Amino acid sequence: MLESYLRERLKKKDILLMTHIVLGYPSFDDSFRIIETMVKAGVDLMELQIPFSDPIADGPVILRANQRALESGATVQGCFDLAEKATRAFDIPFLIMSYCNIPYRYGTKRFVSSMATRNLRGAIIPDLPPEEGQEYLNDMKEFDLAPILIISPTTTIERMKSLDNFARGFVYCIARKGVTGETTNFSDDLGVYLSQCREATSLPLALGFGIKEKADIDFLKGKAEIAVIGSQTIRTMEKKGIDSVGNFIRSLG
Amino acid sequence: MMNRGYYGKFGGAFIPEILFSTIEELVEGFLDARNSPGFWKKYTDIMSTYSCRPTPLTFAENLTKHFGGARIYIKREDLNHTGAHKLNNVMGQGLLVKRMGKTRVIAETGAGQHGVATATMAAKFGFRCTIYMGETDIARQRPNVFWMERLGAEVIPVKDGTRILKDAINEAFRDWVTNMDDTHYVLGTACGPHPFPEMVSYFQSIIGKEAQRQIVEREGKLPARVYACVGGGSNALGIFSGFLNDPVQLVGVEAGGKGLDTSRHASRLASKDASIGVAQGYKTYFLQDEDGQMKETQSVAAGLDYVGVSPILASLREEGRVRFEAASDREVLKALTLTVKKEGLIPALESAHAFAQAFKEAPDLSAEDIIVINQSGRGDKDIFTIADAYADPDWQEFIKKKAKDYRA
Ligand SMILES: Cc1ncc(COP(=O)(O)O)c(C=O)c1O
Repeated sequence: MLESYLRERLKKKDILLMTHIVLGYPSFDDSFRIIETMVKAGVDLMELQIPFSDPIADGPVILRANQRALESGATVQGCFDLAEKATRAFDIPFLIMSYCNIPYRYGTKRFVSSMATRNLRGAIIPDLPPEEGQEYLNDMKEFDLAPILIISPTTTIERMKSLDNFARGFVYCIARKGVTGETTNFSDDLGVYLSQCREATSLPLALGFGIKEKADIDFLKGKAEIAVIGSQTIRTMEKKGIDSVGNFIRSLG
Repeated sequence: MMNRGYYGKFGGAFIPEILFSTIEELVEGFLDARNSPGFWKKYTDIMSTYSCRPTPLTFAENLTKHFGGARIYIKREDLNHTGAHKLNNVMGQGLLVKRMGKTRVIAETGAGQHGVATATMAAKFGFRCTIYMGETDIARQRPNVFWMERLGAEVIPVKDGTRILKDAINEAFRDWVTNMDDTHYVLGTACGPHPFPEMVSYFQSIIGKEAQRQIVEREGKLPARVYACVGGGSNALGIFSGFLNDPVQLVGVEAGGKGLDTSRHASRLASKDASIGVAQGYKTYFLQDEDGQMKETQSVAAGLDYVGVSPILASLREEGRVRFEAASDREVLKALTLTVKKEGLIPALESAHAFAQAFKEAPDLSAEDIIVINQSGRGDKDIFTIADAYADPDWQEFIKKKAKDYRA
């Protein structure tokens, strides 16, 4: 189970690191090399994004990575193949991240069972709130996968508690309003927000959106269990190449 | 938990968590306004003093003679202030924004008509205004960008994705998830997450209410058929709403682009190329590939060049209540030419789709039958596209000279 893996890991580390990549960007071969580099640099779990043509919750960096991946011919099948290669090669948990239309078109149940077959551990689908996702949530339960739900600073405490009824594995708290890739202010307000999240759920908390450097992660120690890095590794790769991603990740620890 | 905003199996609210409370607030604000006794009156008052409502229903005598079939009437949404039905929705949402106490509005635009309407409303009500518009659409509708900017709006070109309407909607959502505290997203058509389809149709229903009354006053009976073009579906739902419960055939006309047998069209309900999917916050028919990636669409009319379609229309098609057809770019230009010559009316390229389909069917109807075409907007904005289609040499000469003057 994802949660017990995280708890076990947390006995040895103050805070865990989850990274994100867009599958097929710049190519599937490169995606695999990036995964390998990240795992070797010590990340604890990874989100593998299946690209979508209209990713409304993503900012420019990830949006363009989605587009480039699709332009170079990334398909859902290709993404699953690569994800399977990753779960066979490395023994950290991998999650799928995508938008609702991808599993919907694939067939929700078929999608979920494909994840299970490939040893993927859960999924993050930002445009599928539980109100619309009953079928998906049931399928995830049936296959014992973790549906990772999102909490935002605009979520009321009552709603946080109701989301907690559906969440498994951990809860993904987004640090601020807006889309991925913009700057976040790591301030006391963020601490207050995270303590509200803590009240609403007993699951581990992941915090994402805007984490760029070690200081951000140090701030989160004791307040969240997982720090999520998204756009910043893509920027690093774009500027300095795949190998520098490893150094970047090691610089955060 | 409740699923809201469904029309048959279409609609819903597939939104990121960050927007949940904003959408709740909007649903409440809209219901509160709609249920408040003076609200519709306030809306019609402003539409009659600031715009030209009720818009006339014009008998097209020459076109009727020309086709020798049904009696043709035209509902004149082109006579709205800013030149299209878009203002109906925008002024309604503007009144709502005031009630909700927000101070900034954002919108997407394709043809630019919705952008101009929103910028106009923002100028009148004193809101700050940002408009997202695809780069491709900016190139084909530059005059509208000029006016939006004069009206005080900031126009942001969208350079990602297919660089048309769909991509402008994505960017507007990205703005909204950042700035929802003081900002309302004035979605321009009956698409997107609940409550937009319902809310936009509600304001546009003013077209149908008037048209129904006007035709019965004039002719003492209902029309046999009503035609409207369908981009997202707001002008169609607006006029159809007046006839939904009557024995009237409702015909929605989509963009056939280069033809339904090519992939270069934007026909979701009349072609077999679309399938059910979820994007931009709602479930409907989308032009998408097997993986669920949205496809490029194509139409001479920027306002119809869209991958999705109102969930309300998708459901009305499923029920068999509305028939959907497509008109090709060529048919549309022909219909436009004829309408200008015969009636002295210049429909927008979008609206001309409805005319093209009506012209195909009018000759087969009898002189007893009445048809109503919704002229959703006026065509002045399309001068560059239309001039290109005619390859008008004098116009080209004029543009060349103008360019030379600027270079000097
Ligand atoms: C004149 C005109 N008609 C029709 C449309 C299509 O929109 P809808 O289907 O929402 O009426 C547009 C959109 O820009 C328009 O400008």
